[in-house]
Amino acid sequence: MATTTMSEFRVDPVSGLKINRTANTLVKVNAFAAIVFLLVGGLFGIGVALTRMPGVQLLKPELFYMFLTAHGIVALMVWIIFFEMAVLYFLGAHLLGNRLATPRLAWTQFWLMIIGAAITAVAILQGNSSVMMTSYVPLQAAPHFYLGLILFAVGALIGCFVFLGTLVVAKEEKTYTGSLPLVVFGGVTATVIAIFTIASGALILIPTFLWSLGLISQIDPMMYRVIWWAFGHSSQQINVVTHISIWYLIASLVFGAKPMSEKVSRGAFLLYILFLQLGSVHHLLADPGLSSAWKIFNTSYMLYLAVLASMIHGLTVPGSIEVAQRKKGLDTGLFTWLRKAPWGNPVFSGMFMSLIGFGFIGGITGVVMSVEQINMIIHNTMYLPGHFHGTVVSGTTMAFMAVTYYLIPVVFQRKIALGAIAKLQPYVFSIGGAIFAISLMGAGTLGVQRRHADISFAGQPLAYEYPEIAKGLMSFGEIGGIVMALGATMFIIVVLASIFTGERIAEDAKPWPKVEDADVVFEKTGKKHVGTGGFEAPGTFVLAMVLFVTLVLYYFINFKYLSSVWSMS
Amino acid sequence: MGTSYTPPTNPDWWREPIERTELLWIVISFAWCLFMFGWMIAWHWIGNQNMNNEAYKTTVEVYTKKVDDQLAKYTVRKDEASGDDVVAPPPGSDVYLLGMQWQWRPILELKKGQTYRLHLSSKDVVHGFSLQPENINFQAYPGYEQVINITPNKSGTFSIACGEYCGGVDAMGHHTMLGRIYVKE
Repeated sequence: MATTTMSEFRVDPVSGLKINRTANTLVKVNAFAAIVFLLVGGLFGIGVALTRMPGVQLLKPELFYMFLTAHGIVALMVWIIFFEMAVLYFLGAHLLGNRLATPRLAWTQFWLMIIGAAITAVAILQGNSSVMMTSYVPLQAAPHFYLGLILFAVGALIGCFVFLGTLVVAKEEKTYTGSLPLVVFGGVTATVIAIFTIASGALILIPTFLWSLGLISQIDPMMYRVIWWAFGHSSQQINVVTHISIWYLIASLVFGAKPMSEKVSRGAFLLYILFLQLGSVHHLLADPGLSSAWKIFNTSYMLYLAVLASMIHGLTVPGSIEVAQRKKGLDTGLFTWLRKAPWGNPVFSGMFMSLIGFGFIGGITGVVMSVEQINMIIHNTMYLPGHFHGTVVSGTTMAFMAVTYYLIPVVFQRKIALGAIAKLQPYVFSIGGAIFAISLMGAGTLGVQRRHADISFAGQPLAYEYPEIAKGLMSFGEIGGIVMALGATMFIIVVLASIFTGERIAEDAKPWPKVEDADVVFEKTGKKHVGTGGFEAPGTFVLAMVLFVTLVLYYFINFKYLSSVWSMS
Repeated sequence: MGTSYTPPTNPDWWREPIERTELLWIVISFAWCLFMFGWMIAWHWIGNQNMNNEAYKTTVEVYTKKVDDQLAKYTVRKDEASGDDVVAPPPGSDVYLLGMQWQWRPILELKKGQTYRLHLSSKDVVHGFSLQPENINFQAYPGYEQVINITPNKSGTFSIACGEYCGGVDAMGHHTMLGRIYVKE
């Protein structure tokens, strides 16, 4: 007779992982909360998009500024950080066959973040806290706007420590031997950055909260921006590290690939820990009182060493896929391995779209716009939302969606429902995101300023009209935004349909066929040749060089444009 | 053998050689990184568009007085469109621009090819100086005064929009904030 109390662990038939039930519940609730907030953030985003379309202008300015504040906070912070909590618990517990260190604290993390997000949401919807996500002082929001953010951040901080504690448990209880898996190492990198990030957030938001209560007379606006960006930009670096870890994970899951070099990939993560945070200074390049030496040191991430790290990951992830595919017999030509990849599997297609979107759209533009001088012709224009939707939407969100298609069977024990929609979803979302990002960057290059409820300056005696083409780009870009929202809706429908109505996967179901380890296949077939010309991944190298040439050209085009404007010294 | 989500199969993974594809890419990427770093420094000498890094702490009262003194001294006319004062300070002089909810004042009249010391500050919240259609952008803070030596290389009518969200209601706000610079031949 079966015992009434279930054992603490189950062996998952889909992944073969030994899964702790409590940890699994926490992954579930965090991932589910994340997806609910993605829906909320997306709805506010649609309002923003339909207002920015010249000719539609759905919302009146006051409502637009409220929507934009809500969209920024929910989509950029709440959705992403909830999902990251799910990912961290998955890495620390599931991948290591481990339990969660302190489930009770993990629940505290969850509820603090829920309560914090709810309090801030109430403050925003009350209408007197339309200060944007950045909430630059001396613009002032209601006290509970800041209080909610602080509670949310404390929750996330607790989650980071639960993850670190979980790693200690794994080490103590010897659930794995040797070094941490690369993907978990990426999780550690994200956590180190997250702790720095949240500490910076506390450092500036707590005094600002006290100021909003009248307990502190003044917050220096310059100091606020310096410290706030140590929080604001760094939180985006957590996303980068997390989604790159997911790329590595998916390359192994789908292709049985192993990292091309553990040393190189881990070294690149280490470069992130050391230098990625310096990039927060990108936001301060047009500010008074900071020297060029300080700006150049920081904005370059010290000799661009964090950019180097991203370029490395950008090559090694597809490179490892190429090597695996070649070892499995697709060893001809430059791109056979890529052509024959499973493009109908959203776990892979989503991951690859994320890689391309993050590299070509978010990455290239990020490097160029953060040059001290180029920043002057880009700073605070519509180029910025264009750029960071390239990183956060096309990069991070796409990768999170891709890994969700894997997590649903493993964590929620359900088969993916509406497979046909899931198959198309990454393409719809990515293409919409690309149109959105590129068009907005075009409009920004032509001067359109960000966070404007109306770009026509209607009714102003000192009228100014942006070039017609800029307005056209705004319309076109926001159509891309609607397509992106459609892609997000498809994702949410698939997720909800799967976890509520999808076919259950019984715990004692027959194990799913495992993806074969590329090396095992290679040894079995006994073939020797992989790659050409002494390169194991020649196709990836060619793709990387395309990225490189695009980056170099785009860099100099911007300097050419810069050299044509008014002289400044 | 091995995957990214299991511990490395080779405990001595840090001694494994780096494959050629990766190595060559790292070399190329790092060379470009060094170039970009050097170019940003070099542009301070070879380029004509750089930040001045001259800045002062100030107060709203002190800075507003400078703007008012400038108005008293150099006002040449009322603007046709808005009726606001237009000031035409001599080339080489200090020009004071003040951002406030929701306008830039005063309207400036400059000469093409002449250099001016443009001062930027704010009366209330953080604003963004955004010169259109040149698309040159700087921050303006209350309590801080940033100085940039500007030399217009084109004549015509230029607008100043606001690049930093500065609040607003339906009728006016961040989206209606404008200023103007006329550049004469």
